[in-house]
Amino acid sequence: MPRRDRLTVRGREVVGPYVLLRLEGGPLEPGLPGQFFMLEAPGRLLPRPMSLCLAPAGELAFLIDPIGPGTQALCSLEPGDAIHVLGPLGNGFRLDVARPLLVGGGIGIAPLPYLSEHLGGPPAVLGFRSDWHAEAAALLPQAEVVVEPRLVTELIEPGRDVLACGPEPMLEAVRALSPDAQLAWEAPMACGYGACYGCAVEIDGRWKRLCVEGPVLQAAA
Amino acid sequence: MLLNASGCLDALTAPDTALQLDAFVTKTVTPLPRGGNAPVRIAETDVGMLNSIGLANPGRDGFLRDVLPRLRALGLPLWVSVGGFSAREYAETCAQLEDVTIELNLSCPNVDEAPESAAEIVAACRAATALPLFAKLSPASWDVAAVARAVEAAGADGLSLVNTIRGLALDAQLRPILGTTTGGVSGPALKPIALAAVHACSRATSLPIVGMGGVRTGRDALELVAAGAHAAALGTVLFADPSAPARIREELSAELAARGLSSLDEACGAAHDPALPVGKHLDLESRV
Repeated sequence: MPRRDRLTVRGREVVGPYVLLRLEGGPLEPGLPGQFFMLEAPGRLLPRPMSLCLAPAGELAFLIDPIGPGTQALCSLEPGDAIHVLGPLGNGFRLDVARPLLVGGGIGIAPLPYLSEHLGGPPAVLGFRSDWHAEAAALLPQAEVVVEPRLVTELIEPGRDVLACGPEPMLEAVRALSPDAQLAWEAPMACGYGACYGCAVEIDGRWKRLCVEGPVLQAAA
Repeated sequence: MLLNASGCLDALTAPDTALQLDAFVTKTVTPLPRGGNAPVRIAETDVGMLNSIGLANPGRDGFLRDVLPRLRALGLPLWVSVGGFSAREYAETCAQLEDVTIELNLSCPNVDEAPESAAEIVAACRAATALPLFAKLSPASWDVAAVARAVEAAGADGLSLVNTIRGLALDAQLRPILGTTTGGVSGPALKPIALAAVHACSRATSLPIVGMGGVRTGRDALELVAAGAHAAALGTVLFADPSAPARIREELSAELAARGLSSLDEACGAAHDPALPVGKHLDLESRV
């Protein structure tokens, strides 16, 4: 069973429109890049799924877009506050890739800094909807960055092992360009451990619970 | 006795959570496989959540062949939730089950209903099996106690109260969040509704009742028992905390001990005891 524990907030950094929430890792393992954690959102009924962004020693850091009541509650946490965290959960990226290229869009860049660390800082391309959102590219200093109306798919060169996370239209476009890409998907999710069936998506005629069969799926699978 | 509410736990992906329970209730099994409803399937609200999963399941044959043997290996007593779109479909599934308790899902708010009444479905299933039959009822009917009496007369051995009740949530653009527009409300919003249904049905019938709806703490479980339930089931709380059953069991023991009660049975129906409200009333008056 994944571990659930109460973790203390170490700090909170504003990154463009996003917040990097830094928690003391306590007994929780950081897991593999692309895996995620369920974070208790203070005052809300359900926890929120967040993929791990960075894991410096003894810390778990999550990049959060405050778009709803749960994510806003998480982004309002102060150092010293504590929340329950469950994880790591799901299947992360496969790391046995020869010519990795990280592709991220918007808040979907969240798992890429931790992934980049594991792969030794491979090339990365990131797309954002505005210069303000693109401030988050600072988390991945080697990345090439585009801002709409330019699209990140313009920067994907053939022959690369693509590992991508971003909005669904971006993932579909990446999949069309790079059929073997590993894609990290997102869906509303109540539990994160296979209980609620809320995150099921139909992929090539089969329903998959993203929390236990994903969130990273092979594009062509 | 603590169970999970049907559809709120997968014992095969989370056996450690299931093993904290006294029995495991499966997701509803329908005759044919169902992928379920189109996303979005869940939405949080201020007072609970909505789901519209749509009875995703591998179908009767797939369940009996692939799922049931693996569930049996866990060693937990099993309850199989049975669904269908006619009384005959329910009965055919019941006839193929052995060595389980059957919970008839008569009230899913997210799929079409069978044309027959709850009592007619129970009667058909009663004729098809000698296994214990619990009827899971909707709290949406105006007189749930009348439905409870009818399913008792039709041969039900117990009641599961309550299923979710239909609700709607809108997004920032004032559009329905769920792919099916509406879904079933669960969580804290359901608790007073469940309490009222349990209270009414425990007066109306002599059937044992599994109470469920918004249980988050041992106190919540105790309230359902006090209203007349003999067991409590956990639903939405499992989503937030896979260790909830163990915690709630401890809290329930503490609640019982604090009241000088040695077992849940002693608390069963306490809310019906006229001595309690009268005593409280007199206390209040004496302060005036």
